[in-house]
Amino acid sequence: MRSSWWKILCVILLAYAIIGGLLLPVPARHILNETVRNLYFHVPMWFGMMLLFGYSFYYSLMYLRRQQMEYDIKAVAYLKIGVLFSCLGMITGMEWATYTWGEPWSNDPKQLATAICMLSYFAYLILRGGIKDEEKRAKISAVYNVFAFALMIPLLFVLPRMVDSLHPGNGGNPGFNAYDLDSRMRLVFYPAVIGWFLLGMWMSTLHARINILRYKKENTF
Amino acid sequence: MNQLLSLVKKDLLIEWRQKHTLFGVLLYVGATVFAIYIMNGQPDVKVWNALFWITQLFVAVNSVAKSFLQEHPNRFRYYFTIVRPSTFLLAKMLYSIVLMLGISLVSLLLFTIMLGNPLSQTAVFIGVTAAGSISLSAVFTFLSAIAARAQQNAALMAILGFPLVIPVLMMLKSLALSAISPVYQSGWWMLMLVVLALSIMVVILGLILFPFLWQE
Repeated sequence: MRSSWWKILCVILLAYAIIGGLLLPVPARHILNETVRNLYFHVPMWFGMMLLFGYSFYYSLMYLRRQQMEYDIKAVAYLKIGVLFSCLGMITGMEWATYTWGEPWSNDPKQLATAICMLSYFAYLILRGGIKDEEKRAKISAVYNVFAFALMIPLLFVLPRMVDSLHPGNGGNPGFNAYDLDSRMRLVFYPAVIGWFLLGMWMSTLHARINILRYKKENTF
Repeated sequence: MNQLLSLVKKDLLIEWRQKHTLFGVLLYVGATVFAIYIMNGQPDVKVWNALFWITQLFVAVNSVAKSFLQEHPNRFRYYFTIVRPSTFLLAKMLYSIVLMLGISLVSLLLFTIMLGNPLSQTAVFIGVTAAGSISLSAVFTFLSAIAARAQQNAALMAILGFPLVIPVLMMLKSLALSAISPVYQSGWWMLMLVVLALSIMVVILGLILFPFLWQE
């Protein structure tokens, strides 16, 4: 019970976010209309992804310092769930864009930046797939993870600011901290962010625990 | 410092003695430019610019890949015993920067000869090309070290590198465009500084991370 309180919290928050997110009133805005509810699902995916990649980066650093396989297994688990979150974020974003921008893919800078980010993490998985020896795989992929994270993250923050974008929060479009996120939406949005992030943590820790057990038993994973 | 210079000198000497690889890369550039001309004739300025940077990307992959992938794994063990890892990486980076600078100037020359010369400020464009060569070769040198340690070929290096250099190429493209069409672009120096800062960051990250790749 002591260690599983956050899992119960995750279930409660997500149930609230899904039911409240679909049923509670939202402000009526031109063009956006009801699609504004996507805020409860799309934006938490990106926050969750960033945090999961951050955790993965941290564990890769720890692996390089301590050289224990446990850290490598954790780094991969967080990264894989981060990739899953990025795919889900991309899908929810594209669905939203279909109704507001008129097409799912409009080569918006935000979409491009995300696609580039996803490509680099897919490359990480390819790199791991190509190496058989566990120790070597752990070391090389940790080095690439640190290198890619340290290069990508500044670019993801710098690049979209160089060009105009249709995305909320850019080029005069209202973002989620501007007037259109009123207090009713905050009431659902913040719990949703925490809930989705806890779900990501839960999935990653499960994945890591399975692989740690497998590594101890079979000396491979 | 002495070690660094002698390592760079050694690589350049090997390059000069095995002329076939050097001329191979030059021929690669020439054949690419020729293929572009056959496909498209003389493109307009924006396409010219885009094609130039795409060519630079592929030339970087092909020429810089050699820095680590070319050497026999057993020879690395010898280097490990005589130099520090940071010196070795810096030497390889310097060598690929020199090589890449030379090749990109040649490809610029070929581009102006065969695909027309849209440059209005040649010096600025050469400066941007130099900055681009430095950052591209720094990134790909480090990635070729990763690919070499993973016992993979240049294809893996391209997979790892393309997502990382696409943003750099975007910045280089817009920097170069202001050397082509005489339009005032605000924040040009800022962007140039970002590109240079990025190259410095790649070198620093490489120096921090390379010792881990180095250990067996």
